[in-house]
Amino acid sequence: MSTLKNRAIWGAISAACLALFAMLASPVHAAGGHVAGLVKAEIDLGDTASLQRGAQIFVDRCLSCHSANLMRYNRIGQDLGLSDEEVKARLIRGAEVKIGSTMQSTMPAALAKTAFGVVPPDLSLTARARGSDWLYSYLRAFYVDPARPLGVNNLVFKDVGMPNVFWREQGEQVLSKDAHGVEALSLAKPGSMSPAEFDGMIGDLVGFMTYMAEPAVLQRKSLGFWVLGFLAALFVLLFLLKQEYWRDIKK
Amino acid sequence: MNRLFQWFDARLPISSFWNAHLAQYYVPKNFNIWYFFGSLALTVFVIQIVSGIWLTMNYKPSAAEAFASVEYIMRDVEWGWLIRYMHSTGASAFFIVIYLHMMRGLMYGSYKNPRELIWIFGMLIYVVLMAEAFMGYLLPWGQMSYWGAQVIISLFGAIPFVGPDLALWIRGDYVVGDATLNRFFALHVIALPLILLFLIGGHIMALHEVGSNNPEGIDIKKHKDANGKPLDGVAFHPYYTVKDLVGVAVFLFFFAIVVFYMPEMGGYFLEKPNFIPANPMQTPEHIAPVWYFTPFYAILRAVPDKFLGVMAMGGAIFVLFLLPWLDRNPVKSIRYRSNTFKALLAMFVISFIVLGWLGMQPVTPLLTFMAQFFTILYFGYFVALWWMSKNEKTKPVPERITR
Repeated sequence: MSTLKNRAIWGAISAACLALFAMLASPVHAAGGHVAGLVKAEIDLGDTASLQRGAQIFVDRCLSCHSANLMRYNRIGQDLGLSDEEVKARLIRGAEVKIGSTMQSTMPAALAKTAFGVVPPDLSLTARARGSDWLYSYLRAFYVDPARPLGVNNLVFKDVGMPNVFWREQGEQVLSKDAHGVEALSLAKPGSMSPAEFDGMIGDLVGFMTYMAEPAVLQRKSLGFWVLGFLAALFVLLFLLKQEYWRDIKK
Repeated sequence: MNRLFQWFDARLPISSFWNAHLAQYYVPKNFNIWYFFGSLALTVFVIQIVSGIWLTMNYKPSAAEAFASVEYIMRDVEWGWLIRYMHSTGASAFFIVIYLHMMRGLMYGSYKNPRELIWIFGMLIYVVLMAEAFMGYLLPWGQMSYWGAQVIISLFGAIPFVGPDLALWIRGDYVVGDATLNRFFALHVIALPLILLFLIGGHIMALHEVGSNNPEGIDIKKHKDANGKPLDGVAFHPYYTVKDLVGVAVFLFFFAIVVFYMPEMGGYFLEKPNFIPANPMQTPEHIAPVWYFTPFYAILRAVPDKFLGVMAMGGAIFVLFLLPWLDRNPVKSIRYRSNTFKALLAMFVISFIVLGWLGMQPVTPLLTFMAQFFTILYFGYFVALWWMSKNEKTKPVPERITR
């Protein structure tokens, strides 16, 4: 009878310990897991073609003002299946830039400061610091706002200093508020891409930036499979060894 | 070969040490899952030391270069990402293992006579480990590293009279800076690991002097056979070496899942703002310590006065040192203790977990009230334990291990 009570209290204690693990396993919302108001970025790091397209967009559109000074060009080539010649032809601007260089902005920092008021931040780790969902939502959330110096504002990053570099593709969005004050964006003037095409392009870009924030991500996932397999086999062997030794111990 | 061994054994206590601590060191045969966490803590310690040595080969302890050197390790050093993730995951794993190890002590009364000193050594290890983790967390020189250190060191400033000078002395500067990073690096890679090593040695020596407790809380040395071997004991080697190895394999499996598939652990093991280089001009929106400090951080914030908050936080750790004398009941195992004790322990564990959650949240009036409530429960455990354990109605403890 008392063992039954024991069990109940034991259960409570084990449940408390489980709760600790469950808490650990769930993402931190405040730190930007999937925060309400952000759109989930549909990215597939296994899709090399998408990452290659993303790299191209990044070089063509982002590096004009931003840098990624932790990322080397040849590393992109190695990870995304491009030869050094292909990287040089497609991604590197300027004959003096070497294949092993990190990605520097084409705009001098001083000029950028004059133009935007601040030096545009380095983008190497933005996908890890802000989260892929944040980036994906942010890049799609520009709208026309004549009150701002550059004529645009952003719903995710209020009063951001960055212009909408994709306005030709996206078109012009305007902000509207409904009766409850809920803000929403709608397309006032279509761009050269359909919304679905545009989202696909931003997805490619965010995919590349996610890879760039942690290039090892491609290796660690494939290596992890073998490590876990090895450890599982090791467990079976060690368990059998333990059983063999403990056979002669009376319970 | 054998003569070579004889030569050494005559000059170095090899076989006597082996026998005293492994082959003829007897351990209760009834250890359950809770008893794996001691050897696992040692496993994590080794992981941290070894991965730490390799990180040190490429890390640059300078405010100007630290952040980039960590990313250099992540990107350009061969296997650097794996070594770094092992170290960052190892830090959190260390605390998970240590907390479960301490939980075992609470449940089975492992801190009681004659094992008080083992508990004291263990608590010292825990305190030094917290310092070690705190100083290591500054080294990546990210935003959370920087501001976390700024907040924690400023706590010393709350001490009357000497506080501000003490904080200045710890930092070596008026704000956390290059000098702070350099000394934290020195303490993190040499001083504290060395102290940890000695304390672990003391912990194990004290343990081997009196022998292990067990889930029944029975002293196995009371019943020995003709050769002086405890009847309910088995030799540590080979029985527990092979058993602990099974635990190590299971642990490494879960460890590898985190390292290879979720190294950030949803922002718990590696916090997102730490991927932004430290910027003394820009305070992050929300500064929260890493998860293993949050219960104490919640206690700190629960007290309205800063100095009293620091005292409460320190007291929350210090009171654990007194546990062997606060618990006045000689019955060790939870299996033979009263339901009041079981309820109290459950309350304590729940308080600790809830405080840990509260320590991660931004401050709101409701959450502050909750933190105060659970802080009282946390300390209430020790008061109630001292009160009720004297005349507690316990069940009879068996003479021999039967289950």
